[in-house]
Amino acid sequence: MSRDGDLHRVQLAGETDFDGFREAARKLLAEGVPPHRTTWLTGDEAEVDLFGQGGGLGSAESAAPAPARPAPRVSRAFVDDARTVGLHRDRERFRLIYRLLWRLSEEPRLLDLASDPDVIQFREMAKAVRRDIHKMHAFVRFRDVQGPDGEAFVAWYEPDHHILEAAAPFFVKRFASLRWTILTPERSAHWTGEDLLIGPGAHPSAAQQGDPLEDLWRSYYANVFNPARLNPEAMRAEMPKRFWKNLPEAQLIPDLVATAATRTAAMIEAAPTLPVQRRGAVVEIAPDQGSAGPTGLPAIAEAARACRACPLWEQATQTVPGEGPADARLMVVGEQPGDLEDIAGKPFVGPAGAVFDRALAEAGVGRERAYVTNAVKHFKFEPRGKRRIHKRPSVGEIHACRSWLERELETVDPEVVVMLGASAAQAVLGRAVAVTRERGRPFRLPDGRWGVIATHPSYILRLQTEAEKEAAFAALVHDLRTAGGLVGAR
Amino acid sequence: MDLKSKLEILADAAKYDASCASSGGAKRDSLDRKGIGSSGGSGICHSYTPDGRCVSLLKILLTNSCIYDCLYCINRSSSHVRRARFTVEEVVKLTLGFYKRNYIEGLFLSSGIIKSPDYTMEELVRVARTLREEHGFRGYIHLKVIPNADPKLVEEAGRWADRLSVNIELPKADSLERLAPRKEIGAIRRSMGHLRGVIDEAPRSNGRVFAPAGQSTQMIVGADDANDQHILTTSAALYGGYRLRRVYYSAFSPIPDSSKALPLKPAPLIRENRLYQADWLMRFYGFDVNEIVAGGEAGMLSLDMDPKLAWALKHRERFPLDVNKATREELLRVPGLGVRTVERIISSRRVRSLRSDDLARLKVPMRKVSPFLVLPDHRPTRLLDRADLQAWLKPAPARQLDLFAA
Repeated sequence: MSRDGDLHRVQLAGETDFDGFREAARKLLAEGVPPHRTTWLTGDEAEVDLFGQGGGLGSAESAAPAPARPAPRVSRAFVDDARTVGLHRDRERFRLIYRLLWRLSEEPRLLDLASDPDVIQFREMAKAVRRDIHKMHAFVRFRDVQGPDGEAFVAWYEPDHHILEAAAPFFVKRFASLRWTILTPERSAHWTGEDLLIGPGAHPSAAQQGDPLEDLWRSYYANVFNPARLNPEAMRAEMPKRFWKNLPEAQLIPDLVATAATRTAAMIEAAPTLPVQRRGAVVEIAPDQGSAGPTGLPAIAEAARACRACPLWEQATQTVPGEGPADARLMVVGEQPGDLEDIAGKPFVGPAGAVFDRALAEAGVGRERAYVTNAVKHFKFEPRGKRRIHKRPSVGEIHACRSWLERELETVDPEVVVMLGASAAQAVLGRAVAVTRERGRPFRLPDGRWGVIATHPSYILRLQTEAEKEAAFAALVHDLRTAGGLVGAR
Repeated sequence: MDLKSKLEILADAAKYDASCASSGGAKRDSLDRKGIGSSGGSGICHSYTPDGRCVSLLKILLTNSCIYDCLYCINRSSSHVRRARFTVEEVVKLTLGFYKRNYIEGLFLSSGIIKSPDYTMEELVRVARTLREEHGFRGYIHLKVIPNADPKLVEEAGRWADRLSVNIELPKADSLERLAPRKEIGAIRRSMGHLRGVIDEAPRSNGRVFAPAGQSTQMIVGADDANDQHILTTSAALYGGYRLRRVYYSAFSPIPDSSKALPLKPAPLIRENRLYQADWLMRFYGFDVNEIVAGGEAGMLSLDMDPKLAWALKHRERFPLDVNKATREELLRVPGLGVRTVERIISSRRVRSLRSDDLARLKVPMRKVSPFLVLPDHRPTRLLDRADLQAWLKPAPARQLDLFAA
């Protein structure tokens, strides 16, 4: 650091000497030197600057001794951003960072003020550098130069900012097992397979040499382009022309753009052709529907899979058929599959299923002895972001699905039918039911079976207090035990 | 057939799949020098083709032979297109060769259905397994899942791949039946459901990795009569049901040797663009499908303006909003304010009250937002009453649109 009148001149060790900047900034803040009295030099521009305007700035006016500024407390994120801004090619960058530090010591909330011009400039510069690093990761093209020990890769690249060292670790992580060199006008990076060496800049001729794979790469590039969607502006926004000279595929661009319209027109004008006759046998993929198809419950499940009696099939994953022994004496009917049942294709496997299993166990009824199904076999829901919110089926949907339940009842022929909740009761009884009033009292169904209405386990999950939950759970256990006791009581 | 001819045919055949993302993969590197490659983070586009699309992965088909006859597809069995098939080794060699030269982030492999779904899936899995096991490849792999393939094969695919995808193909199940008679919506949805089930389980199962970048899908727009409401309703159900990372919309575009059953007219690209905007509004701006669609007419989004502006013009009673007082949710509904700008406004106004020049410096499009916002030095009440507000706000038509005007 040197002083020329009131101007404090900081000589850094190079374009990327952020640590040198930090040290100097700390001293300058302690001396109370305002930003406009600092100048920051990174290399040989020092000589020029000595006799240029820089040296004259502010030196005419004599400075009153300024009070020291406390070094501001800054976040880790700010230091990272500052380090990034330090790589920008703008020669004012270090003064900008220093100015922010200076202001932060008086305005601690400055960085929250996203519309402040200094904050904006700082943010934009950090963004430009990050983008440049990202583009370097994307646009470096290695050529295999086949050294004496096999593959060796060399690339020529021209970044906008001083980013080679910041961008190189990416290539180390990716290509640690290869040997490679990236040459840029300012610096070069060489990976020996063990160490990353940073050396002086180079000339593009050092990397010029073809690679037979470039031809294949160009074939790929030309063929993934869809001429019917030509949009060169969008391409140039992400891959500006200045990058093209070092991208082997970019030499195709003018021709691809020029011929796109005629290629598209030709596709549209060409009359549709007659289909090719299929040669050879085609393996049948659809499920086997031979004469010896499944019977009983499997047949019902198979037929229900294709059901479109109401619109619920279209957004649901699958029909969820009932499950359990074909000769079960007890049948439990729920409302409809939920989110997890829809994915698994099995009834009562979600949170309500867990409550149901617990209640069955406490009631002494083994689930493996019961046939468990739903009034409606498709999940009805409303999407909400990454979730699906259960929606109650309508009477129409329950009615549309009823024939499946009837076929299950006919086939299993249980002695006792438990209806969990209003939808199940609606399906079995064909009328609206007030569950809390009618639950737990066995009655005869028109076909002579015993019927028991109980609360649906998901109702218990929705209750607010533990006391309510416990009471409702106890009632469910009671009702299931009642139902279990009716088996054999014909 | 030489490798170059195969690559030409099988890259051309794969280009109608819009996805090329390489983000969200597992964090990997090859510092142990036992393999090659790295992944994790935001994904990288290594090039852009003149259609503006990113080239991130080597996106190819294993073969374009197919026993299915999906009418919208260039590879359908009745098409006259030239056929080719890569060997597993050829795909592996191309992937590694391109990868070492930094052309790509990895591989996106799909295939026509040959012999059977299981046989095809097995071939795809073999490529991924060879790359990972024999060559220690740590780059990104996206595999297409063939509906109706054995769940065990799909689970193995998820062990090697970062992302899996099953294409929903068309927004309406009955159009799928009409245009792709051998594809079955049920099988497609069950595959997605199966993937979600295994993806959900993975974090709970000791260190077992399964498709860390999740699943995505693609829908072709304009090959059937589905309107935008139908499309977005389907998308919302897919996002909610299968936790998709992305739904890609692909405007039906003319293909060489097309079928008579399809419109010869390409769908306007602007429609695809509007659907992406609407998709964004659903996922990041708190809009639901019906609100978005209500901004347009008869179930279609407006092609003239973006869906947020269309919505706002039909809900003028909600505006203007005071920039210094409105909630985050309210500001997100202002046409011209994006998520990041809203965050900056909220952060800045905690320091001091904001004025017009603050917004201008935040690069807010002032003409577009001015009818909707109140600032200490700006009051727009009259503008909101202007009958010709829509015309005043309407952007000049972009040049690109003329090219595709139907």
